[in-house]
Amino acid sequence: MSDVTRTTVQITLDGRAIEAKPGELLIEACERAGTYVPRFCYHPRMEPVGVCRMCLVEVDSPRGATLQPACYLRVSDGMNIVTDSEKVKKAQDGVLEFLLANHPLDCPVCDKGGECPLQDQTLAHGSGETRFIEEKRHFVKPVEIGELVLLDRERCIQCSRCTRFASEVAGDAQIAFAGRGDLIEVATSPTQPFDSVFSGNVVQICPVGALTAKPYRFSARPWDLEQVESTCTTCAVGCRVAVQSSGNRLTRVLGVDSDPVNHGWLCDKGRFTLESVDGNILSFDPLKATTRITEPLLRRNGELVPVSWGQALAEAASLLREASAKPGGVGAIGGAALTNEGAFAWERFVRGVLGSDSIDAQYGDGLDAALLQALPMATIDEAASACTVVTLTGDLREELPILFLRLREGAVKKSSSIVEFAFGPSALHSLARVSLVVRPGEAHIVAQAVASGSEVPVGVAFSEEELREARRLIGESGEGVVFVVGRPNLAEDARVMETAIRTLAERFPDAKFLPALRRSNVMGALDMGLSPNLRPGRGFNAHKGGRDTLSQLEALRKGDQWAVLLLGGCLLGNVADPDGAQKALEAADVVVVTGHGGATLAYANVVLPAAIQHERSGTVTNIEGRVTTVSPKIVPPGSAWPDVAIAAELAEEFGQSIGLTSVEQTSRAIEETTGYPALSVMNDEVYDGVVVGRNVTPSPRRTLDPMAVPGIRSANAVGLGSHTGSTVVVNATGSATTSSATWNDVRAGRGLDVPLADAYALRVVLSRRLYDRGVAMQGSPALHGLIPTTTLHLNHFDLDRLGVESGDVVKVNGPKGTLELPVVLNEGVARGTTEIIFGTLDESGENVVKELIDGSSVITQVRLATR
Amino acid sequence: MSHFRSEIYQRAEELVALYPRPRSAMLPLLHLAQEQDGYLSDEGIAEVAELTGTTPADVRGTASFYDMFHLEPVGKYVVGVCTNIACLLAGGEEFLEHASKKLGCPVGSTSEDGLFTLEETECLADCNIAPVVQVNHRYVRTTTPETFDAMIDELRDGKLDHDVPSHGTLIRVRRSGGLRASRQEVADQRIAAKAARDQRVESEAK
Amino acid sequence: MAALDAPRIVTSRRDFADSFTLARYLDTGGYVALKKALTMFPEAVAAEVDAASLLGRGGAGFPAGRKWSMLRKSPISYLVVNGDESEPATFKDHYLVERDPHQLVEGVIIAAYALQVNQAFIFMRGEFALGLERVQQALNDAYAHGALGSKIFGSDFSLDVVVHPGAGAYICGEETALIEALEGKRGFPRIKPPFFPAVTGLYGEPTVVNNVETMSNLPWIVNNGGAAFAALGGGRSTGTRLFALAGRVKNPGVYEVEMVKNTFRDLIYDPQLGGGIIDDKQIKAFIPGGVSAPWFGPELLDLPLGQDEVAGEGSMLGSGSIVVMDETSCVVRAVWRITKFFSRESCGQCTPCREGSGWIERAMYRLEHGGGRMEDIDLLLDLCDNIAPGLTWPPQQTTICVLGPSIPSSVHSAIQMFRDDFVAHVQHGGCPHE
Ligand SMILES: Cc1cc2nc3c(=O)[nH]c(=O)nc-3n(C[C@H](O)[C@H](O)[C@H](O)COP(=O)(O)O)c2cc1C
Ligand code: SF4
Ligand code: FES
Repeated sequence: MSDVTRTTVQITLDGRAIEAKPGELLIEACERAGTYVPRFCYHPRMEPVGVCRMCLVEVDSPRGATLQPACYLRVSDGMNIVTDSEKVKKAQDGVLEFLLANHPLDCPVCDKGGECPLQDQTLAHGSGETRFIEEKRHFVKPVEIGELVLLDRERCIQCSRCTRFASEVAGDAQIAFAGRGDLIEVATSPTQPFDSVFSGNVVQICPVGALTAKPYRFSARPWDLEQVESTCTTCAVGCRVAVQSSGNRLTRVLGVDSDPVNHGWLCDKGRFTLESVDGNILSFDPLKATTRITEPLLRRNGELVPVSWGQALAEAASLLREASAKPGGVGAIGGAALTNEGAFAWERFVRGVLGSDSIDAQYGDGLDAALLQALPMATIDEAASACTVVTLTGDLREELPILFLRLREGAVKKSSSIVEFAFGPSALHSLARVSLVVRPGEAHIVAQAVASGSEVPVGVAFSEEELREARRLIGESGEGVVFVVGRPNLAEDARVMETAIRTLAERFPDAKFLPALRRSNVMGALDMGLSPNLRPGRGFNAHKGGRDTLSQLEALRKGDQWAVLLLGGCLLGNVADPDGAQKALEAADVVVVTGHGGATLAYANVVLPAAIQHERSGTVTNIEGRVTTVSPKIVPPGSAWPDVAIAAELAEEFGQSIGLTSVEQTSRAIEETTGYPALSVMNDEVYDGVVVGRNVTPSPRRTLDPMAVPGIRSANAVGLGSHTGSTVVVNATGSATTSSATWNDVRAGRGLDVPLADAYALRVVLSRRLYDRGVAMQGSPALHGLIPTTTLHLNHFDLDRLGVESGDVVKVNGPKGTLELPVVLNEGVARGTTEIIFGTLDESGENVVKELIDGSSVITQVRLATR
Repeated sequence: MSHFRSEIYQRAEELVALYPRPRSAMLPLLHLAQEQDGYLSDEGIAEVAELTGTTPADVRGTASFYDMFHLEPVGKYVVGVCTNIACLLAGGEEFLEHASKKLGCPVGSTSEDGLFTLEETECLADCNIAPVVQVNHRYVRTTTPETFDAMIDELRDGKLDHDVPSHGTLIRVRRSGGLRASRQEVADQRIAAKAARDQRVESEAK
Repeated sequence: MAALDAPRIVTSRRDFADSFTLARYLDTGGYVALKKALTMFPEAVAAEVDAASLLGRGGAGFPAGRKWSMLRKSPISYLVVNGDESEPATFKDHYLVERDPHQLVEGVIIAAYALQVNQAFIFMRGEFALGLERVQQALNDAYAHGALGSKIFGSDFSLDVVVHPGAGAYICGEETALIEALEGKRGFPRIKPPFFPAVTGLYGEPTVVNNVETMSNLPWIVNNGGAAFAALGGGRSTGTRLFALAGRVKNPGVYEVEMVKNTFRDLIYDPQLGGGIIDDKQIKAFIPGGVSAPWFGPELLDLPLGQDEVAGEGSMLGSGSIVVMDETSCVVRAVWRITKFFSRESCGQCTPCREGSGWIERAMYRLEHGGGRMEDIDLLLDLCDNIAPGLTWPPQQTTICVLGPSIPSSVHSAIQMFRDDFVAHVQHGGCPHE
């Protein structure tokens, strides 16, 4: 069979001979040849269903030329396709007329007006007059089907894109077709609202105005919108987005189809937390996380008061200079929310000007930077197509939602098997081939068991068969396997996971690793050297004695360090031991560079306002090491500055220069001094640079499809480049002193002493949810209803054992205090453990972490006071 | 706690076991839920979602495709009158009007006493006795307004309780027998049969 | 005069009140064919069916033997019996499941043996409460009798048969929609290709779908041989066939008659069959094969009851239902009611079918009940043309399944044959018959 090796087939399109890829859909082949076939139900990222019948074209068949849906039929050699005959035109016009028959005439008040394919088609081809004189179908409109989405059933054209997205892509069919014939409607169950974390996608892919987003509704008209293409920095997946504004007001974020990353999808947090950027400027309270810091602030008589930049910089410099006089007297914490350029500037400032190696972008909630460097890295594509994916993470749908979608796709299509280290409930659980239950403090033991492949350690909660099956799926050397590794439990010492990861990495040398770190540009910040042993450009330099975040906090408490520079304002909201952090800040001089207020500012001496996402340009790096651009869409409020400028000006106060004058020039400096792609990415010479030390085939983004991404058409009009996706390989060639981390540099595996589990207590899994009390959620009123309050999750064995029922409020005794919390049945929680959600508050507004978590212990155990 | 009564629940589990995939039991399970509740309650839907491994929205959406499933409570007796072509030619529309008057409720609604729900149906495949009336999907062969009225009165008086169970009860004959062989055994047989067939086809080809 | 000397193949027990019981079935030669089949090679059984040239009785008229053998390349996993019978005025399968369930069951076992499948499903219309009970009882009895289950009659062949109730949706008669319903989903017909469930059917596995009547013919064919069956009828239309006669005839009912040897006139007028028109009125038009089929006028009464013969005149024998309209019948009202049926029963996937059926129905309603306009008549034709381009038969289609292109059949036929009636409705401002 010579056919098998053929890479193209010859087809005839409207009389022209063209080449197509074997097995490709007609609609795609036509489009590449420049012939746009109208469509509604077809979506390039979902299985074709051919229901709207808009894309009918003539195709030769044994029975003569017949009308066939171009979105469903695949090309074959010699096929003759006609898209411009009278017959095709009549069929397409007929379908359009049928679609309009019951469609309401409310375009003037419809959000979709101006970017509606139905409207466009009608203007282009429809007859001016309607022949439909009957009464149109009527439904009550609009219906609120979830917290964020409204449904207008009269406008629905039954293309099934939304329902297919829900069941096929997201895997939670909370919306489905109901009824039959022309009474078909999209419906939810009265017992379950549409509260999927992916709900915004259905709004984006709805070809008409049937599904609209509450936050955007009536807020703008498409023709008033300007947009830029950027990267979402809500989490570290790095989805490509189009950010739109009307004037200087952000209005909407849409997913852009990027082949290697998000396939056009976004999670609701990334899509709908725009309002948090504007922040609450009206009622100024720097202690509220939702307050946008627009002016430099100085503490005078215990109060933060607005001052000029000059005064603030002078004061900050004097505090930091004083502390830096003493070795180890000063350090910096944070920076994961910065761009690579911002991080690079601050790295130069802290190391070059302050002379300190105490600098750390992570809050003790991530993984050892040396370990991350030593691991062979995988891309998202590699993870999604790996034969076996092993997850050592929290619930990915909650932590890195789009990574979840990508992994889910592989599992559903049966191209990959999932082996789950089950730390708690997870949306991938039902798709996992094997789930190894792992309780707090056990990960390294389980990893050891997987590595050895035979011995089931005493006391673990899985069987020998499960272990054997896991080993079978991982294979002998881990070839083709991707481990997705993160921090599923913030109440557990990082070294437990790090040891587990190291064990697996050393045992399976051919496997690759994808870090599931969550905070926006954490990978970029580390690559720019915001870690004691790292240097810009993925350089490593051991034994300098800098402190990481947790050691800095301890040093501050002990008086070994006097001052701290906080890059980002939310330290207290992000550490697992806010109590200890608070004591540290009380004892120190604190300079904060931030865009938003927050509880941390209660301890700030100086606050410097910085530009934040959608206001700044630069590059960021996602979990797989892919460098992409972020672009400004609006002007920062007040007198907030870009980080590069703040760092440079602060250096001036020291009488020094960091040699950086603008974002562009910083990008150049990054690229010239380290070889890390920055400027070329910004200039679109190189698009996505993947910095994982090896070549990846370039993958151009799909052509922008107006039906896949409504609104994006106007992007070309405002001069958007239409490409991202080639790659560049960088060998870290920083200063001569740096090298790459090796296993010797990794702290994991040394001196880990896990306390014995107390049979009467519950071990705590402190896990993260997408919707937390962070500034993004709190600053976006539309999402407030989705923030959960704190509950204790237990499985039914423990509920029975303790004699409590789901819904009961119980007294919980933690290592630091006592709280009353409701318990909730959750079978995904392992026996003898309880899951608590990080970053939530209890009824009285208390941060539970403060009372219940002992940050100094390897694991945390609590007891319920039973009746 | 299961919403299904234990006897119903047991039958539900038997139904699921009949099929290679649990979702296939959807329609029989929905009939069963209707047998218990008379219509598809939210609880019944949730239970079916659980048994079939789907979501309530999915079950509801699926159920609403089918005319026999009622998402709102209906009368003890659902009276269907056919007006499709054969019945139309035999006066089905006029008959439907009569039924509506007799029951005192418009088509598509339930009588005041909550006993009867009147529906206009499509062809019920008994066209030789047009116009056709059915009660709870059991055919009661009445063709004239007079016999219809008599039947309604008898239903009201409970005289037909044996012939016409309450709405929702569809099949009163329980399945007995069946392949007692384990699923594995059946699968093995199938594989063996396929192998044998393959061999034969191959040898034929030679 | 009708030729009524052919054997009764599927209605041989019609004179027994207890025709549905196992006892009566065994008494009248039941399960003999199965025992015979089990002694034959499965291929030999299939060959008999092929020799019989048994055309599918569900509507499409595809030869059952060919359907089975086409699939030889990949073994069949499931046999599914189509007992959804919802085509208006079709009521022959209803008759068979209530009156002769064992014959159906025996046919299913024979087919399953010929195809070597171990799992069969009988998908039956949900409204057939009594039929469901009778078939379930027949299955129970067959299991107890050893005719079903493990090692049937001591052979190596095992079979499980499950009765699957539908729930009220005409479209589930379409075989791919039926499979979706059997998988527990909404009854949306699957898009083609693949054209045959035999390639990808239930759970994506090769599946044979056959009609209840098709199955019920099998015991006789095995007992008497395919050749005996093929000797009946004429041309491609062999054997006898059940016709459901309804409408304005004196004796509406299900009649088994030999194909081709009889004509529509025989069926409608023979005293042993239809018995003529009520009140001896004139026939105005008749539908030869279910409401999906284009209509015939009285000039075609002498057309033989054969698949190709009817197709030759631009219609189809379809589901074997014949509806007779006489001079008192209002064709506009009939068309309106038929379109209303399609509008209610369109599954709703395809735009032309979903929206077109509703539009045509509403326009027809206006014509019948007042408010019709002259231009509506041509509008209707053009809407029909947009659903089935060219208005040919068999129809071209703009939709996934053929329900869509069935909608125009009655509209187009009636306007062509009785345009004056439509004009009269417009001029009269509603139905002049009232
Ligand atoms: C809209 C539609 C409805 C149908 N309804 C039925 C039906 O009720 N019963 C039936 O046996 N076949 C019906 N069919 C035909 C089936 O799709 C299929 O051809 C048939 O069941 C095959 O069986 P046979 O080959 O034995 O005829 C229908 C087809 C269509 C398109
Ligand atoms: S033609 Fe009609 S019934 Fe058939 S699939 Fe399309 S919408 Fe459904
Ligand atoms: S049928 Fe092809 S795009 Fe809808």
